[in-house]
Amino acid sequence: MSMPFYASPEQIMADKAEFARKGIGRGKSIVALEYDGGVLLVAENSTSLSKVGEIYDRIAFAGVGKFSEFDQLRKLGVRFADTKGYSYSREDVGGQALANAYSQAIGEVFTREMKPLEIEIIVAEVGDDRWEDHRKNSLYRVTFDGFISDHSHYCVIGGNVAEVEGELANSYREGLSAADAIKLGRQALSAGSESGSSLDEGALEVCILDRGREGRKFTRLSGEEVKSLLEA
Amino acid sequence: MIWRGNYQGSSFFELLQAEHPQLMPDLSAWSEHATGSVPHGTTVLAMRYESGVMVAGDRLATAGHSVASRDVVKVFATDSHSCMAISGAAGPSIEMARVLSVELEHYEKIEGQALELDGKANKLSQMIRQNLPAAMQGLAVVPLFAGFDIRRRNGRLWKFDITGGRYEEAEFDATGSGGLYARETIKQGWRPAMDQGAATRLAVAALTAAADEDRATGGVDLERRIFPIVKFCSAEGVDDCPEQDIEAAYRETLARRTAGGSAE
Repeated sequence: MSMPFYASPEQIMADKAEFARKGIGRGKSIVALEYDGGVLLVAENSTSLSKVGEIYDRIAFAGVGKFSEFDQLRKLGVRFADTKGYSYSREDVGGQALANAYSQAIGEVFTREMKPLEIEIIVAEVGDDRWEDHRKNSLYRVTFDGFISDHSHYCVIGGNVAEVEGELANSYREGLSAADAIKLGRQALSAGSESGSSLDEGALEVCILDRGREGRKFTRLSGEEVKSLLEA
Repeated sequence: MIWRGNYQGSSFFELLQAEHPQLMPDLSAWSEHATGSVPHGTTVLAMRYESGVMVAGDRLATAGHSVASRDVVKVFATDSHSCMAISGAAGPSIEMARVLSVELEHYEKIEGQALELDGKANKLSQMIRQNLPAAMQGLAVVPLFAGFDIRRRNGRLWKFDITGGRYEEAEFDATGSGGLYARETIKQGWRPAMDQGAATRLAVAALTAAADEDRATGGVDLERRIFPIVKFCSAEGVDDCPEQDIEAAYRETLARRTAGGSAE
């Protein structure tokens, strides 16, 4: 029997992390922003394969990295949320439980499998005006190793995170209108993007969680809607 | 993964069957002798009108010869443009409406695109077929399904039998214990280009006629102020008919009847 080569756990983890980071860093960024009417998600994405999706009434999902992997996670989230909402009530489906479940699932793949998931995701939840203890929005980021963090005001994944976050840190202020939030999102994405400031409605995927809507608060904005907000 | 599920498809109904069978109890062990003890829903109807299709139902549920509930809801919006109206065993029927509405939403989220109206009706027919063993034991689910077909730009409606048989109706239909009487009334008054108000008046007249002939149908209960549910599916989505319109339509029907006039 041949002896396997010894590699320290630190080395294995560091290698896996580097592998995952490389995959994610090559991609484009997604920004989630709080605005006065809820949460807005802007992705630099000119393809028809969406990176942002609806999970449940108040919860949206955004993923960067390998499409097949984060899209699979999105579907798992929809199954998780719909089953939970069906067996309890719609109000029992919350963003935090979902983000935790994602964190566990992704973390487990990172430690157990040879190849980690090359993805990073955002779970965004908009507040509910009906309940006093639930008015705040939540933004959770889960990274390839299952590390979960919660953010206020804005949250960035994928691509050139440092540049995009830097831009947001300078320009973000509370109580943005939807139009200002989209413009700021584009400005931040441009800062981290190779294509510079040329991002127009065709290169952006924009979805909102609109707290004013009843029931399902997720809406995908059409190209025209994005254009009119960018020009507003 | 913490979600070790093997099911990879887009159907919530199949997801429950495959991964969460405990949430879908098997009702086929039910004994026919006990059927009189569970609530049954009675009369529901659907008809096309100028801008789509209308669905209506009374509010009574009966268990044997007793009233089980006076204000049960038997008409449900299953998504933004479709409705399901139930008659038959209330428990399984209401649950089926719930599963269908999650099913439609689930499919839309997983696939990123909503089902066609035909697809929705077909899915419901499969769910009814699955219920056949329970239906043979007396727990039948006999719904009406109606919606606005966004692609064809018109309202459509379907009736079903307990085997899942699915029959599209071009004009109107009514089902449940008072369905026959409701259908007769609608047949006399139905016109293809009725507006919303005319459709409401006809539906209320039909439910009143059904309540008159069939003791298990509720009609309008002015004493307790319980009104039938009336929903409209049009290009704008599903809308509830306000109670005051239903009450006005009912008072009109009453006035006609006391004056000795016919239903329409």
